[in-house]
Amino acid sequence: MENRELLVSVRDLKKSFGEREILKGISFDVYRGDVVCIIGPSGSGKSTLIRCINHLEQPSGGEILYRGQSLKDAFKKLTLFRTKVGMVFQSFNLFNNMTVLENCTVGQIKVLGKNKEAAKATAIKYLKHVGMDSYVNAKPHQLSGGQKQRVAIARALALEPEVLLMDEPTSALDPEMVGEVLHVMRELAQEGLTMVIVTHEMAFARDVSSRVIFIDQGVVAEDAPPDELFNKPQNQRTKDFLKRFQN
Amino acid sequence: MPETFFGWVAFLLDQYGTVLIKGAVVTLLLAIVGTFIGCLIGLVVGIIQTIPLDENDGQVKKSVVKALQWLLDAYVEIFRGTPMIVQAMVVYYGAMSVFNIDMSPMFAGFLVVSINTGAYMAETVRGGIESVDIGQKEAAVAIGMDHFQTMRCVILPQALRNVMPQLGNNLIINIKDTSVLNVISVTELYFASKSAAGVYYKYFEIFFITCVIYFIMTFTASRLLRWVESKMDGPKDYQLVEYDPMMDPCGHVPLPTKKQKGRY
Ligand SMILES: Nc1ncnc2c1ncn2[C@@H]1O[C@H](COP(=O)(O)OP(=O)(O)O)[C@@H](O)[C@H]1O
Ligand SMILES: [Mg+2]
Repeated sequence: MENRELLVSVRDLKKSFGEREILKGISFDVYRGDVVCIIGPSGSGKSTLIRCINHLEQPSGGEILYRGQSLKDAFKKLTLFRTKVGMVFQSFNLFNNMTVLENCTVGQIKVLGKNKEAAKATAIKYLKHVGMDSYVNAKPHQLSGGQKQRVAIARALALEPEVLLMDEPTSALDPEMVGEVLHVMRELAQEGLTMVIVTHEMAFARDVSSRVIFIDQGVVAEDAPPDELFNKPQNQRTKDFLKRFQN
Repeated sequence: MPETFFGWVAFLLDQYGTVLIKGAVVTLLLAIVGTFIGCLIGLVVGIIQTIPLDENDGQVKKSVVKALQWLLDAYVEIFRGTPMIVQAMVVYYGAMSVFNIDMSPMFAGFLVVSINTGAYMAETVRGGIESVDIGQKEAAVAIGMDHFQTMRCVILPQALRNVMPQLGNNLIINIKDTSVLNVISVTELYFASKSAAGVYYKYFEIFFITCVIYFIMTFTASRLLRWVESKMDGPKDYQLVEYDPMMDPCGHVPLPTKKQKGRY
């Protein structure tokens, strides 16, 4: 446990919208190779939390650290930090004006400054990884939800981030497409990719994650390895929440 | 002298065909150049009006942007809120009496059409930018793009695509509405028609011809723009580069080739 590589730390993170405080001081660390699943009732601030990590949402208090350093010290520009933490959205958000291939190269070219050939090779490599390399010429509106989400994962991976953030990546999918996306996520986890995943897929969290964090009413109610959290939850609220998923 | 309506039409076409065509060319020139410059104005104004400001921006940037946005708002409201025929008079005679600038009617015409179209297009562009799903912007920001890159690579291409039908609309309106420039003696199609009609007092016959010419121009413009839009959208279908095994949950089954298709 001692010499694991610390990547991202969330330190006493607070976020308010107007008068309402949504996050009331959240802290946890993400080490290389971790798969951290974040669960909790809807409206508890899971999306807000994950959006604060890459500063899509400006935290109102506390701080995000990268390898123990503040972002200001570690990066000249916030945009560079964002290339280190990829993001996959619930609603895919593929760029509608670009083909599948362009979706996966534009960041490499514009942000990382790679040349077109190198960007294309990297994009194809990751599209292959998610089984979407045959679709390089398709536009997003020509794809199914599951295919879109797999491309969105490839787009994030193409920047070769150190951590991949995912906000309910399967929640907007038709049931028969959930499997193909979870399958890709499982593979990525097995290959050692560091991920922070907000999910309602309890079976996935139980099998794949190294840690599960239960968020409720703006605080970390419980943070434990999956077998502990699912089999012997300590907190009454965790118990109540999990009961709803047992059938 | 001709006896019938169509006889007169043929006669007048023979006599004044070139005059009317010349007028139509001026009309098209005013409409196309005016719409084009107007779109550029609208694009710049629309972009400035949608610059987001947040708490992290400095006080100077905030005040400059706010002042600029206020001025541009005033421009849009004034030019949308007054008739182009009045704008033409004010610009043409105003320049002469206030600034002592004797601009040609043609130049005043270009100016008025451009500024007028700019005011309408600014609103359209603003709407186009605001109608692009917020998720597009967030995805761009999440892969590390800055505001400028996000606008250029993701938001504007989509906003402009949304704006295309409105651009076509403006071109058609301008082809028709440049006729008001006859009040400052721009020799566009309406002005040419009025002059021609006066000679034989054949207003109906001349303006019947004029009507047909206007319609041909607007109809062609409308169809041309539709074609441009479909080109912008790219091909309706796409070619798979290779066979995708994940497409078929039952495993590898070769795709039927085109030849085999006929058998089923
Ligand atoms: N931009 C915003 N402005 C105001 N309130 C917001 C905003 N974003 C989220 N909220 C509120 O914050 C709470 C938490 O939202 P969210 O993080 O999306 O929860 P979860 O993802 O856990 O369902 C919700 O009550 C939501 O209404
Ligand atoms: Mg959410």
